[in-house]
Formats: sequence, structure tokens, C-alpha cells
Amino acid sequence: MTLGRLETTLRAVRDSGRKSLVPYVTGGLGDDWLASVAAVIDGGANACEIGIPFSDPVMDGPIIQQANDLALESGVTPHTIAEDLRGFESPIPLAAMTYYNIAYRMGHERFAQLLVDAGISGAILPDIPMDESAEWMTAAEKIGVENILFAAPTSPDDRLTKTGELARGFVYAVGLLGVTGERASLAASAIEIASRAKAHTDVPVLVGVGIGSPEQAVEACAQADGVIIGSTVVRRLVEGQGADAVRDLIATYRAALDEAFPGND
Amino acid sequence: MQLEQAFTEAWADASFRAELDGLLKDYAGRPSPLTDCPRLSEEFGFTVVLKREDLNHTGSHKINNVLGQALLAKRMGKTRLVAETGAGQHGVATATAAALLGMECLVYMGEVDMKRQELNVFRMKLLGAEVTPALSGSRTLKDAVNEAMRDWVATVEESHYCLGSVMGPHPYPYMVREFHRVIGSEAREQMLERHGRDPDVVTACVGGGSNAAGIFSGFVDTDAELIGIEPAGGAAVGNGVPGVVHGMLSYLKQDEHGQVLEAESISAGLDYPGVGPEHSHLAAIGRARYESVTDAEVIDAFQILPRTEGIIPALECAHALAWMSRERASLAGKIVLMNLSGRGDKDVTQMMDILEL
Repeated sequence: MTLGRLETTLRAVRDSGRKSLVPYVTGGLGDDWLASVAAVIDGGANACEIGIPFSDPVMDGPIIQQANDLALESGVTPHTIAEDLRGFESPIPLAAMTYYNIAYRMGHERFAQLLVDAGISGAILPDIPMDESAEWMTAAEKIGVENILFAAPTSPDDRLTKTGELARGFVYAVGLLGVTGERASLAASAIEIASRAKAHTDVPVLVGVGIGSPEQAVEACAQADGVIIGSTVVRRLVEGQGADAVRDLIATYRAALDEAFPGND
Repeated sequence: MQLEQAFTEAWADASFRAELDGLLKDYAGRPSPLTDCPRLSEEFGFTVVLKREDLNHTGSHKINNVLGQALLAKRMGKTRLVAETGAGQHGVATATAAALLGMECLVYMGEVDMKRQELNVFRMKLLGAEVTPALSGSRTLKDAVNEAMRDWVATVEESHYCLGSVMGPHPYPYMVREFHRVIGSEAREQMLERHGRDPDVVTACVGGGSNAAGIFSGFVDTDAELIGIEPAGGAAVGNGVPGVVHGMLSYLKQDEHGQVLEAESISAGLDYPGVGPEHSHLAAIGRARYESVTDAEVIDAFQILPRTEGIIPALECAHALAWMSRERASLAGKIVLMNLSGRGDKDVTQMMDILEL
């Protein structure tokens, strides 16, 4: 099997001895939301998650819920996001983060095709358990979408083995039991799950949920191959701080990670 | 998965069943009576028989499921119950079971529902539960479910999510139906004893569908027609298409892109855009039928039972009464068993504003 663009990129970062930084931006949040994606790229992200808003985002905390609601109220749909992205030609790989009913309603293959046509390499669907997702995984594989899977602190070892086998792109290690959002300190569970997940797979393992500062990102990367930062980015967008603030934020994380993990060369 | 295994073991364990049966009898007041309604029957032109779940402790069928889940949670070593509630009946029942078994209790309730059901909010607090408003989305039942799920994910080691209907991820739809099976089993026996036969029609209101699932379970293997009544503004089986939310695949009120739509019903307990998967299945195979009634029909029907039988029904149950009232002609001469799943005390403040008697 040939590796997708997302996994290829994240593996290359790992091979170079550095860490991956993957911010999350809510798709369609503001007319100029692509400027936020561009800012993330300028700030030094290795890949970017694009949130496709859903009415009932059960994995997300208050900040991303609010961003979801704002985007939905302005009429954003999976199609408008895909349309906006066409022609954007992102220099870094993108992954869509949404909920399963969006894919189910559209049809698995059509949804996968929509992502591919929009230049999106991977997909994250947190509310479909691995055991129930055979149909989606088949469609994703066929159309060429990297299906990202979760490793939770409560996952037993045999489940982590299966996750490691089936995950494409990266394994999303959930840093703590809870919803997305910034926390005052990094949970011990983040390091533990990253380390356990890595023991079960060769696919890059990124920690997300609960990372709210560059220091916490560095701490998580003691084990993980990289981090996902969502609410800390989206909070700035919801507050109307604009693309410059996002670029500066990402650059701060980039600098902290590069200082702690400067690479092999 | 931990829950599925725990339930399977407990349900097969005679001592667990005996403990639950004991609580249902001596604490909740089961069996609930079967009540014939001569004056209502005369007005409607067919025989109406009510299964009186409104007479259970806490005023609705919800206590059956909650006692089962609370005992199970305790058996699993959990110390805290998390629940969602719409009208507040499930929240009150959960708070009650938590108090009874010495557990912590946190109930999520849509901000809109907290206003229209403030009596139940007070009852929950009195019972020692914490009530937290769900401030997202439509601020009703669906959003309370979202908040309860978010809480559960974060506190799963000490918390049990005491889900209030036959919905959500496996094993909830099955487990909650099993805990409510007692409604149908009792009613079947009581019908045979009293009327010497099964009813022609069994009807109940459907939001998520737990009271309907309970009473239907006693009659699926009879010739009785099973009819669930949904609110017109939240008719998942009626207007929905299959969708996945809250961990279940079922009929769902949603837009063309898969965004879940807000249900709109006068009754907070039925204000849910989805429905339990078993009801979707019963509809798909043609074993049960689902009809809907409007808020206006419900308001009219709400007043019939107090006047004819001296029983104030919950607004949820008034949906089934509204359907019976509309179908007088087609039901003529039949025996109709209706699950009166809750009493209307909680709704009188809301109805006072509407009816201006």
C-alpha cells in the first residue's frame, strides 16, 4: 500500500528528528477563513485540520462548539468548504475533522470524493467506533482518504494494536478523558497514551485534546511524534483576533518544538 | 463495552433481579394498576384502558429504568450518576435513585426546558442533585444529551451515564427496553385477567421512545396493532431519514447535509429529533406504526382526561390521547390500551398560561 500525503509528511518530520505541529481551523468560520489556514501554514504547521461544522459536536468543548454554531449560522456546508478549498493548493497536507452523520448522509464514497476533490488528504470522524466503521474505511481506502483513528487513555492494549494496524495518516492519541479545550497543565494521561500507542504502531502518533501552551506541546512530544492544537487557535478566531494573531501563535509553538527537538542534522 | 458486559451479567444474576424487583415493588409501587375508563370510552366510542405508569413513585415510568441502571452502576463500582433530562421526569427519577443509593447525581437540562419545567428543577435540587443548564444548540433535550455525553467521557472512571430512553450507543437501547419490559408484561397479564383478551390497539407517545418500547414489548407477539405517537414538530419516524447521532443509527430529523434539526414540541419530554433504533426497526418491518399530532391537538386532548376520568395526564401522554381523539371513527368498537406514562402535575404551570381557565 502506498502511503498518503499526510502520513508521508508526518513520517518525514519524525525521521528528521523533529516534531509535527497540526493546528485545527474551523472551516467556514468567517468569510476569510482561508486566511486563517494560510496563517497556520506561515506560522510553520506541518499539516492542518479543517473542521467541517456539525450540529452536535460531542467531542468538542465550548470554544469549538461556538465556532461550529457561528459557521453553521452563516450557512456553511461541507460543499461550501470544499468549494472554498478548491484552488487553494495548500503546501501542507490537510485533514477534515467532522462527525460521522455528515459522511453517512452524503454517502461514504461521495464524502471521500468530496474531500479528495477539495485537496484534503485525511479524515477524522470521532463518533464512529472502529468496530462499526468497516464500510467507511473501505470507501476511504478506495477513494484514497487517509482515515485517522483514535487511541484513548481507556483503550486496552489489544484495541491499540488494531488501531495501529488500521490507522492511516496518524494515530490521534487523546490526551485526556474529556472534550477538546485548553487545560492549565498537561494531563499525565497524555504522555502515557502517546507512549502506549507508539508501542503498538509505526504510524506517527500525535497527541490532541487538552494542549494549551507551547510548554505542554513540548512535554507531550517527549513521547509523541507531534501535537494537535485546536481550541487555543479557534479561541483567537472566535474572539476576532485575526490571521496575524494565529500566525504568531503557531510560530511560538513551532519555535518551542524546534528548540526542544532541533532534528538530526 | 464494559457496560454491556456488566449488564449482561447482572441481568442473568438472580440476586440482582431480586434486588431490583424488591425496589420496584416496595419503593416504586409496582405493579402499576390498569384502569378502565368508562366515561372517556363513552365519549370516544371505543374502550379505553390505561396502564397507570403515572402512579409510580416520582410520577412516571422513568423510575423503572433508573432503578435498574443505578443498581447496575453501583454494582460496577461507580459513585456518580450523570443524566440528561427533557421534561425533568428522568432527571427527577435519577436524582431519586441517587439519593436512595447514596450516589452523587448531576443532571443536564436544556436552558429552555429549565424555564418551562422549573418545578422539576426544584425537585431535583431538593433530592440533592446538581442541575446544569445545557447552553448549546437548541438548548433542549438533544443538547442535554450532548452535555451528558461530554461529561461521561471525562468522568467515566467514577460515573455512570444513566441514559433516560431507548436510544444512544449499545447497550442502552436494549438495556433500557429490558428495564421497561415490566410495563408490557404486567399490562398483558392485567388485560387477560380483566378483559380476558389482548387489546386491539396498544398506543403510547414517542420521543426517544422508552415508555412505548416498554409497553410494546408485552404485545409484539400478539395481534394487537402497535401505534407510537410523535409530536408533529419532532416526528423522527414520520419525517426523518436514517442518520447517526448520539451513538445510534435511527430515523432522525436532519437537513440535506446531515445537520440535526431542532425538534419543536410543546412537550419538553418529546422535544427530541431522533428516536430509539428499535422503533425505527419496528416501523421498517411494519410491526408498529407511527403517527403524529400537532401541539393544538395536544392542548385540546390534555383537558379530556381530567374532565372525564379525574386524571391529569403528562403533556407527553396527551399526544396519545390526541391521536385517539382524532381517530374516534376508525377505532370505534375496539379495545385500546394506552400507556399513561406520566402524570401532569409538572405541566400545570405551563398549561395555566396556555389555557387561561
